[in-house]
Amino acid sequence: MTPLLQVKNIKKNYGARLGCKDVSFDLYPGEVMGIVGESGSGKSTLLNCLAGHLEPDQGEVLFNTRIEGMRDTLQMSEPERRMLARTDWAFVHQNARDGLRMGISAGGNMGERLMAVGDRHYGQIRTQAIEWLEKVEISEERVDDRPSQFSGGMQQRLQIARNLITGPRLVFMDEPTGGLDVSVQARLLDLIRSLVRELGLSAIIVTHDLAVVRLLADRLMVMKSGHVVESGLTDQVLDDPQDAYTQLLVSSVLQV
Amino acid sequence: MIEIKNVSKTFTLHNQSATSINVMRDANLVVNAGECVALTGNSGSGKSTLMRMIYGNYLTQEGEILINGVDVVQAEPRDIIELRKTTLGYVSQFLRVVPRVSTLNVVAEPLLKIGVDAKVAEERAKELLSRLRIPQNLWQLSPLTFSGGEQQRVNIARGFAHEYPAMLLDEPTASLDAKNRETVLTLIKDAKARGAAIIGIFHDEAARDRVCDQQIDVSIFTPKAAA
Repeated sequence: MTPLLQVKNIKKNYGARLGCKDVSFDLYPGEVMGIVGESGSGKSTLLNCLAGHLEPDQGEVLFNTRIEGMRDTLQMSEPERRMLARTDWAFVHQNARDGLRMGISAGGNMGERLMAVGDRHYGQIRTQAIEWLEKVEISEERVDDRPSQFSGGMQQRLQIARNLITGPRLVFMDEPTGGLDVSVQARLLDLIRSLVRELGLSAIIVTHDLAVVRLLADRLMVMKSGHVVESGLTDQVLDDPQDAYTQLLVSSVLQV
Repeated sequence: MIEIKNVSKTFTLHNQSATSINVMRDANLVVNAGECVALTGNSGSGKSTLMRMIYGNYLTQEGEILINGVDVVQAEPRDIIELRKTTLGYVSQFLRVVPRVSTLNVVAEPLLKIGVDAKVAEERAKELLSRLRIPQNLWQLSPLTFSGGEQQRVNIARGFAHEYPAMLLDEPTASLDAKNRETVLTLIKDAKARGAAIIGIFHDEAARDRVCDQQIDVSIFTPKAAA
């Protein structure tokens, strides 16, 4: 099987300061990978480099495109990369406000993505938008409301719906459940899990919550000071950590 | 089906001045299809450790663990994920699920993961839950609110939903009443009859004697110096 994403030796510096270094991995279709580490460990830098939001100083990000097979997304032209970002890729921001247009309706937020890939039929766009609202458990009657009138949890779910409506194959998530209360978080976890299973998505999830990765991710990468210190099966890394930092991290989690 | 060759395991605790504990040396074990092997030994002798090594949950430093030809020790994460989906089932002592997911879905999930039709999966889940005497009015609730014994039974139902060719059972009959214990033993016998290779840990000796063909005392694999 060909990997969906192949990352080779990614390095990113901010001036003299290290962002992340020597990161390589393969992600296969249907796989969910978690990236954990304390703040400042380089996990968001890495995610942004992979998603094309930041330009790495070195390395390759190969994506298995539908038409041309493996392509280095860093070598693509800007229009090509933007096309990829709105068709096969999706990015769920930690703060829903960064991933939504707050001034236009919920339906409009979803319609925008559909129109960007060529949909023009108003009726069909609206039907799809309502279908997706249902999937993320937002009632149909809210379709014409603005996200600014939604609660934080609803905004986050709307952001996920807006991202997934075009049927992407790879989803980047930056702390998707950060800042939500636990009841909303549980529903969101279940939602993400069933979407991954039903749509066969691959996802890369950055978080500092070990309980979230245990439930969502098949594989785990642990970062510290810009380096990957350990990677493997999620439950193996959490139950039998090999690296000193991972052992410290796992043993520091509070038991509920 | 399951073959363990010269397996050794060491835990290194970096945060306690890199203390190294050698917990297992040269473990060997073969389980054929249709056979059930019990791991025995005192608490702390390494029964669960060995089981977790077989499941790929613990890393193994030396040796080979072959399951249906796949070496868990060397396999890539995605190969182990695939193995766990299709071939290797594990009934642990603890239920670990996403909060607020219904019991029915928790039990059906392993089937949905391998692409079984949702209706068929649900029927199978219902059948198992009824056999294990989980009252029907609880099926739509999350098992996290259940009693210990009920959670254990949900866990068993989930573990037996898909007919894995190889299964690991960690105390499947603990905290169960007599009737449910019978049901679980029947499930194990049925699994053996269809050709599953099973490794189990049973503290309940009567249960162990009824389903197991062979007993292995894991303390023979424990390095003496460390004890």
